[in-house]
Amino acid sequence: MSSEAGAGRIQRVAQVVALVGVAAMLGLLIWKVAFGHDTGAADELAQGKLVHAPAFTLDRLDRDGELGVDDLKGKAVVVNFWASWCVPCRDEAPVLQKTYARYRDQGLVVLGVDVNDFRQDARRFMKRYGLSYPVVYDGKGSTVGKWGVRGFPETFFVDRTGKLVGERIEGAVDIERNRDAFERGVALALGDSS
Amino acid sequence: MTAARLALVLVCALLAAAPGAALAAPSPSDLEAELVCPTCKTTLDQSDSPIARRMKQMIRTRLAEGATEKQIKAELVAQFGPAVVAEPPKSGFDLLAWLVPIGILAAGAVGVGAIAWGWSRRHVEEAPGEPLDPDLERRLEAELERFDG
Repeated sequence: MSSEAGAGRIQRVAQVVALVGVAAMLGLLIWKVAFGHDTGAADELAQGKLVHAPAFTLDRLDRDGELGVDDLKGKAVVVNFWASWCVPCRDEAPVLQKTYARYRDQGLVVLGVDVNDFRQDARRFMKRYGLSYPVVYDGKGSTVGKWGVRGFPETFFVDRTGKLVGERIEGAVDIERNRDAFERGVALALGDSS
Repeated sequence: MTAARLALVLVCALLAAAPGAALAAPSPSDLEAELVCPTCKTTLDQSDSPIARRMKQMIRTRLAEGATEKQIKAELVAQFGPAVVAEPPKSGFDLLAWLVPIGILAAGAVGVGAIAWGWSRRHVEEAPGEPLDPDLERRLEAELERFDG
C-alpha cells in the first residue's frame, strides 16, 4: 500500500514537472513574440521619436585607435554602414567621399562602419575608392541590432547634439529615389533646417 | 571473459586509430559545416551570401597554405567574433549550452527509471492476488492428479 502511494506520488511529481516545463516554454514563446524583437533606433526614428544615436566604440581601420559616434559630439555626422562585399556600397563610396570633402570645413564627418567583413578586404576597398573619412571595424555586427540596420549599405544622419535627424537611407545614397532625402539629412545634421 | 577480451581489443583499436584521425587534414566542407555565416546565421555550407563565399575562399586558401582547423577557426573568430563557430565553446558561460541538455537527459532518465520502478513494485505486490477457496483448491488438485494419472 505504501509503495503504491509512493509510486503515485512520483507520478504526480513527474506530471507537475512536465506541466511546469510546458508552461515555461509557452511563456518564453509568448514573451519572444510580444517583446523579443529588437526594434533599434531606425524604427524609433521612423515613428517620429526623438532618438539619440546609439553609442559604440570600435577599432579604426583608417588609423590606429578607437572611435565612436559619441566622440564626434559637436560635429554633424553621416553614419554609413557598409561592407566590402556589398555591391551598392561600391557605387556610393565616391559620393560619400565627395560629401565629406565638400562639407568637412563646416564640421561634417562621414563615419564609415564596416560590418561583417574581413579587415584586409575593407582596407583594400578604402584604398581603391580613396576614402579619407574615418572608418571603424565591426566584424561581429554588434551595432546592427542597436541601430536597426536591415541590410547594407544603410546611412543615418546625426546632428551636433548627437540626435538622429532626417530619415534612414536604405541602399546606396544619392541615387534618384533618395537624392532629396540624402541632401536633407546632410542639411539637418549640419543644423540647416531650411 | 571472451566479451571482456573483445571489448579490450576494440578499445585498443580505437585508441590506435585516434591519433591518425586527429592528424588527418580537415576538408573544406568539414569546416564549412562548423562555421556560421555572420549575415545569414546559417552554416557556410548552406549559405551562398557574398560574405559566406568569401569565407569559403579564405578557408580553402588557408588549408592550401597548411593552416590547421584550429588556426583557421581562431582567425575567423578574431574577425567575426565567437558566434562564427557553430558549436558553442566548452568554457565559461557557454559551457551551459553543453551541460543543460545533458542534465535534462539525465533528469529525464532518472524520472523514467523512478516511474518504472514504482510501477514494477506495484505489479509485484499485486501478483499474489486473492488466495483460492480451499474447497476449490482441493478439487483442482484432484482433477490434476486424475489428469496426470
